[in-house]
Amino acid sequence: MSARHAPLWPVWLMLLLAAMLELLPLPGGLSRLGPPWTAMVVIYWALMWPGRVAIGTAWLAGLLLDVLQGSLLGQHALSLSVTSYLVLRFHLQMRIFPLWQLTMTVFCLLLLEAFLRLWIDGVAGDARAGLMRFAPAVTGLMVWPLLMALLDRSRERLERRESRFT
Amino acid sequence: MALKPAEHEQRGYRSGGPGLRLILLVAFSIALMVLDQRGQHLDQARRTLSGAFYPLLYLVDAPFTLVDTLRENLALRSELLARNRELDETLLLTNARLQRMAALEAENARLRALLDSTENLPGRVLIAEILSIDMDPLRHRIVLNRGLRDGVHAGQALIDAEGIVGQVTREHGRTAEALLITDPDHGVPVEVVRNGLRTVAMGTGDLERLSLPFLPRNADIRAGDLLVTSGLGGSFPAGYPVGTVRRVDDSAGAAFSEVDAEPAARLNRIREVLLVFPDEVERGHSIQDSPPDPSAGDAPAPADDAPETGNGEAET
Repeated sequence: MSARHAPLWPVWLMLLLAAMLELLPLPGGLSRLGPPWTAMVVIYWALMWPGRVAIGTAWLAGLLLDVLQGSLLGQHALSLSVTSYLVLRFHLQMRIFPLWQLTMTVFCLLLLEAFLRLWIDGVAGDARAGLMRFAPAVTGLMVWPLLMALLDRSRERLERRESRFT
Repeated sequence: MALKPAEHEQRGYRSGGPGLRLILLVAFSIALMVLDQRGQHLDQARRTLSGAFYPLLYLVDAPFTLVDTLRENLALRSELLARNRELDETLLLTNARLQRMAALEAENARLRALLDSTENLPGRVLIAEILSIDMDPLRHRIVLNRGLRDGVHAGQALIDAEGIVGQVTREHGRTAEALLITDPDHGVPVEVVRNGLRTVAMGTGDLERLSLPFLPRNADIRAGDLLVTSGLGGSFPAGYPVGTVRRVDDSAGAAFSEVDAEPAARLNRIREVLLVFPDEVERGHSIQDSPPDPSAGDAPAPADDAPETGNGEAET
């Protein structure tokens, strides 16, 4: 229960790293399969530290992604804040899910996030590549357990360090 | 695992908070998107933000640049010598071809003067490097390492050694975003060299393919025809190669034939491109002659008073 005072800058560092990972060019046809790192990191922290990392953080991270990727300003911001709201809403249920069930829930959230962006693009008049848009969510589904293990470790370290000092 | 309300409060959750905040932020996002979509209201904000985050782009690009540099530095002497010889030969051939260009250009100018027409030949080019950044895998957009500081402005054409690459869509402080000609949203006004037939080459989302969707079935076009920019629309200078027609399918029962072309520029392998600056004097002419074209994007641009930095620039 020490999440309340743990420093927030590591979370921001992770979000920056995630945004950079999304910009990393993957070879050839793989580039369309790059997992939505930022969305996954946002989901993780909204799940684990819901009182601290929530809609506002998600919105800012989305805005960063919009600037970096040159998409419509506010597009990722909207989709990520809606996603983080859902996580916030159901975090108590989601936390007691077994890993496979949590992974499936995250997959659904990633699909929803991709769908929101597709929808916005549709309204703005440039919807394209229909099904390929959901490919990153599938890759996200595959890397989620790994990412979660990695982030769990750093979160535990953060919380432990904090409790040592207070 | 169920938490009591008191504990809830203790851990800093607010019960009514998130929903309200979500609604506010969603409304704000929608307002932002509408402003961004309808014109240039947010260009300055975007420029400031991307200026603040441009070190991130360089960090992502750095490993790739490093690998390139290492490859250059670790090359064997014999390889370097061979490459040097090869380049010397190419230069000789190119120069030999250029000898006739001067005479042809003069003749062309004379003929055009007789016909009373002006042509927008580019005055100046600037070498720009493409950063290894994947902006959006579904679109063909690239980031260049030149921006407003170098006089880059939206609407400028990009070429490589083989042909047209794309055009600048957004300029930031030190970087610029550009759209490749193969982006599904992009169209280049082209003409067939063989007979002057004019049409538009649209991107397909495939780096190896352009499509010419507006040709009637009886249009005189066949596989192997060279397409060059027609210069209509004002965004692209006339006469640069765009691609070669690969396939003409007029057997379908539709009113238009399906024509595919292969881009001339090596879009999947380029690392450096040339930014074309339209010649200032010529452009002055064309602006006076024709009504200003808002889509052309070469209205009074900062390019005019850009410092002549010499580095990487060449007269054509």
